[in-house]
Amino acid sequence: MRVKRHTGPRVRTAIQALVIAVWCLLPFYWMIVTSFRDVGYTFDPTPWFTHVTLDNYATAFSTALGNHLGRALLNSVFIGAVVTVIALLVGTTAAYALARLEFRGKSLIAGAILAASMFPGVALISPLFQLFTDIGWMGSYQALILPSISFVLPLTVYTLASFFREMPWDLEEAARIDGCTRVQAFRRIILPLAAPAVFTTAILAFISSWNEYLISSQLSSDATQPVTVAIASFAGSQPHQEPYTAVMAAGTIVTIPLVILVLVFQRRIVAGLTAGGVKG
Amino acid sequence: MSAATEIPAAIPNPQGLEPRKRRKGGLNAEHGRWAVYLIGPTILLLAIVIGYPVVSAVIQSFQLDAGLDKATGLFVAGGFAGVTNYVHWLGQRCGDVTCPPGSLGSQFWVAFGNTFFFTVVTVVLETVIGLWMAIIMNRNFKGRALVRAAILVPWAIPTAVTAKLWYFIFDANGVLNHVIGHQVLWFSDEWASRFAIVIADTWKTTPFMALLILAGLQLIPDEVYEASKMDGASTMQRFLLITLPLVRPALMVAVLFRVLDALRIYDLIAIMTGGGGGSGNATVSLSVLVVDQIRQGFNAASALSTITFVIVFLVAFVFVRFLGANVVQTQAAQQKGELK
Repeated sequence: MRVKRHTGPRVRTAIQALVIAVWCLLPFYWMIVTSFRDVGYTFDPTPWFTHVTLDNYATAFSTALGNHLGRALLNSVFIGAVVTVIALLVGTTAAYALARLEFRGKSLIAGAILAASMFPGVALISPLFQLFTDIGWMGSYQALILPSISFVLPLTVYTLASFFREMPWDLEEAARIDGCTRVQAFRRIILPLAAPAVFTTAILAFISSWNEYLISSQLSSDATQPVTVAIASFAGSQPHQEPYTAVMAAGTIVTIPLVILVLVFQRRIVAGLTAGGVKG
Repeated sequence: MSAATEIPAAIPNPQGLEPRKRRKGGLNAEHGRWAVYLIGPTILLLAIVIGYPVVSAVIQSFQLDAGLDKATGLFVAGGFAGVTNYVHWLGQRCGDVTCPPGSLGSQFWVAFGNTFFFTVVTVVLETVIGLWMAIIMNRNFKGRALVRAAILVPWAIPTAVTAKLWYFIFDANGVLNHVIGHQVLWFSDEWASRFAIVIADTWKTTPFMALLILAGLQLIPDEVYEASKMDGASTMQRFLLITLPLVRPALMVAVLFRVLDALRIYDLIAIMTGGGGGSGNATVSLSVLVVDQIRQGFNAASALSTITFVIVFLVAFVFVRFLGANVVQTQAAQQKGELK
């Protein structure tokens, strides 16, 4: 009796946990399996790796059909890096002020910055489309970077501010009392403490820029398009046949670095996500 | 680098933080001055990248699009339009006539209905499933770390890739039809295409819900459950009387975030169906309609995006004002909880 009462709930929890893990991983697994499958067996439903080939990865990077995945990857890295650096440079001081200072209108500003991160991107697109057409920015990198700042910067400020609120700022004062100058205290105490928070925020900022599609799909050109746009418009050899295996290979290439990054920094990313209320 | 070097100077007399009560006014004034320097650049940048486009969208929305009027075939010169663009969408008027079926103008209420359909259905599904996931992950079991890692995978995959992945799964010859043993044409049937979007969105976003709810669940002390167990509360009673009320603030914030996100749904629809399905627009959302409209006239598109913006704003207002979703307070509470 006793054993039964205790193992019953435990088994039920384990089964439900398994269902959750399988539900989350199965489509991802299917993408990887398909990406390694010979194109002739695209719709083969065998659930494990069969007809394994690397051809799809070659096709994904091939430029013969007008796809430019390699260039798109570089574009995404470049745009993501610039957006992240700008957001951190500008946003760190704002996050510090929101976390550490007492001033009038603070909750109003915090609320406004949060509201900005929830702002519908589609409300920016038509005026920007016209503006960038007028000043000849259509398809340029800056036309992709500037709108991305509209959602990455609020996210950065919000996440960093919640990290900063948790930091043991008393240590800085202690260091000053022990004879450190302000700069020394910053460099030796605050910077090492803040670095992981800034790093986590940078990852979240980069991911949200990397995943952007709406604005890029309208404002980029062939030369500047990021990976999301490249994958969405991936062309096959037949006009009416989706090149599924190659697209799955491209999807795997775009996703694997993110998944590794997220799993390695899992704890911090979850902390950052729940602190800032980032959207996916 | 300028940000990094500004920080030390920004720390305003650390000792000054202590005697706050004694000289509150002076300190606040000093903090206020620093706050202007520190937050100013962020506000300025946001004013450029958000404020400017929004204001110009509103101004544009009162201008007439130059070009041939689709309904009448006459050339329209542009200029001040009054509320013509708004009447165009809300009243389905193209010039002096009702918008012809199939034109973008005729699709506003379809898109409006679809957007709310997607929002309500996905957010309800994601909340229920997310709550369930969070409750499971909050328990102690072997392999919990693995499940928590697995749940991050759908979140980490870009929506554009998610769309392509589910497009493949939902293909008429795809694996889903094979598994259910039934040939469903997911992207031509009216309701099947809608549910294809719903399923893909639920898969992608539920983990995010689950994580936010889990953060709230972790704040409920074990003692509360122990005590209720001693008092003989059933599992169901514990869930309804303890878990749900205590997790409510975190839940409301998660739901608010998701609702605002779902109202602007674009990527999945644009890539999976392009707004099509059914008789041609079964899955079109407001955002999809705005983007389709841009190349047919900025000003009408601006009116539609302004309408969309107002709708999102009103929904957010209702949440914060009437349903008590207090984002700032809830998150502050969660941080305090995490500290202990």
